[in-house]
Amino acid sequence: MNDENTIVCRCSDVTLKEVRDLIKQGYTTYDEIKRITRIGMGPCQGKTCGQLVLREISAATGKSIKELKLHMNRPPVVGVKLDLIAEEAKKND
Amino acid sequence: MISSAEIVIIGGGISGCSTAYNLAKKGVKNIAVIEKSYITSGSTGRCGAGVRMQWGTEMNCKLAKKSIEFYENANDVLEYDGDVEFKQEGYLLIASTDKEMDQFHENVKIQNKLGIPSKILTLDEAKEIVPYLNTDILTGASYCGKDGFLNPFLTTDAFYRAAKRLGVEFYTYTQVLDIKVENGRVKSVITNKGEISTNIVVNAAGGYSKVISDMVNSELPVYSERHQILVTEPVEAMQAPMVMSFSLNLYCQQTPHGSFMMGRGDNREPRDLRITSSWEFLEQMAKTITEVLPPIGKLRLIRQWAGLYNMTPDKQPIYGKVNEVEGFYLAVGFSGHGFMFGPLTGVIISEMILEEEPTIDASMLNINRFKEGNLILEPSVV
Ligand SMILES: Cc1cc2nc3c(=O)[nH]c(=O)nc-3n(C[C@H](O)[C@H](O)[C@H](O)COP(=O)(O)OP(=O)(O)OC[C@H]3O[C@@H](n4cnc5c(N)ncnc54)[C@H](O)[C@@H]3O)c2cc1C
Repeated sequence: MNDENTIVCRCSDVTLKEVRDLIKQGYTTYDEIKRITRIGMGPCQGKTCGQLVLREISAATGKSIKELKLHMNRPPVVGVKLDLIAEEAKKND
Repeated sequence: MISSAEIVIIGGGISGCSTAYNLAKKGVKNIAVIEKSYITSGSTGRCGAGVRMQWGTEMNCKLAKKSIEFYENANDVLEYDGDVEFKQEGYLLIASTDKEMDQFHENVKIQNKLGIPSKILTLDEAKEIVPYLNTDILTGASYCGKDGFLNPFLTTDAFYRAAKRLGVEFYTYTQVLDIKVENGRVKSVITNKGEISTNIVVNAAGGYSKVISDMVNSELPVYSERHQILVTEPVEAMQAPMVMSFSLNLYCQQTPHGSFMMGRGDNREPRDLRITSSWEFLEQMAKTITEVLPPIGKLRLIRQWAGLYNMTPDKQPIYGKVNEVEGFYLAVGFSGHGFMFGPLTGVIISEMILEEEPTIDASMLNINRFKEGNLILEPSVV
């Protein structure tokens, strides 16, 4: 499999090669890789790519996937429109 | 871990990385940066990463101008493989009262005198730049097309990599627990991974600056305050500049990636180190944005997060030595705008440590200004 063409993160268009290169350069936690590549910052919030990245880190560092930490899931889980939130908030004013 | 270092820098944010880079570039060997989590895990990785020259005090104008000049060439100067993504699409500052417009007029005068290309705009002119701006609630605006924003992770990564190439040692996931002082001098830094003896320590710990200063019993007149941001789904490019208002309490920009990022302050926030997200922020932000920039209210929220502002009494940073301990330097108290000063922070602190002729005389930003009552209040912060 050609890792240059393999997309790990579909939200932010990150390839497997980019992830592997960063791990080689010493970025060996999910948090570090996320900050450099935007992996996990898109609409899916890392639901798809998270495990794939952890598997790569695990393969390179020898640490088990269980030991590795995934990022915080930030609220909200599904996209809500801002004006709907505003309307609701005004009702409570 | 090394057992001794020439200089130990506490904090792997923009301030710590820029300071390490500048010191190493000037030939200092044996520098260690200690970061309790990963690089940019503090405020730097949580910030809006906006950089503006439209300030109300001369000092802030000068620091911001020099930093922006640096950012214009950052990829080359730092020999970065990637791109720090500096976009100079301007800042549109909007006013909602006549008094605020008077302040803008005064600020623009100071800015122009220092060579900053800002100007006052009428509401019609402001609408030409952001057509969907709700000018019904506004009294005027000021604008500087050279203001902009960067990618905070990649910008810090550029400093980090450049410093590393120059031999700086970075210890991530390593926490400073204490600092030993002997006969009024810094002696060593104790971390959870070992002890490093050193004569010079730089406190660049962001929101945790007071915790670090407490370790050497040096009083620091700062507090930390949570500030929150939210980001929407990405959409087509529709807004070039950052839109910011002090009186309406908001800033909002579209990132190169297409999402909108926005935040506001809240002076009822508790003064502590919490960085959880609140529902209340979300509601207030949603109301403000729907009123000021109505079409943005139609966008879906993707996520929100929080970080710390490290506040000083005059909302300008503290640079330099302390009175109680020899060898202890401060690069703290950025009051919500330390990212944009990052390049200059490193220059200033390295010059202070090496006792060189200053690029910008920032001596008035020393810690004694609070005791001596030499505060120069910055009027223009969110
Ligand atoms: C929501 C928000 C929006 C912002 N928007 C902007 C903006 O648009 N423009 C702008 O210029 N600024 C902005 N800021 C402010 C900016 O983020 C900060 O001023 C700047 O990042 C400070 O950088 P720093 O390196 O000094 O601190 P930090 O980035 O906080 O770095 C300090 C580091 O020290 C580490 N540390 C702390 N204690 C210890 C210890 N005991 N041992 C080891 N390490 C330790 C922390 O983990 C942290 O990584 C914003 C801030 C927030 C919260």
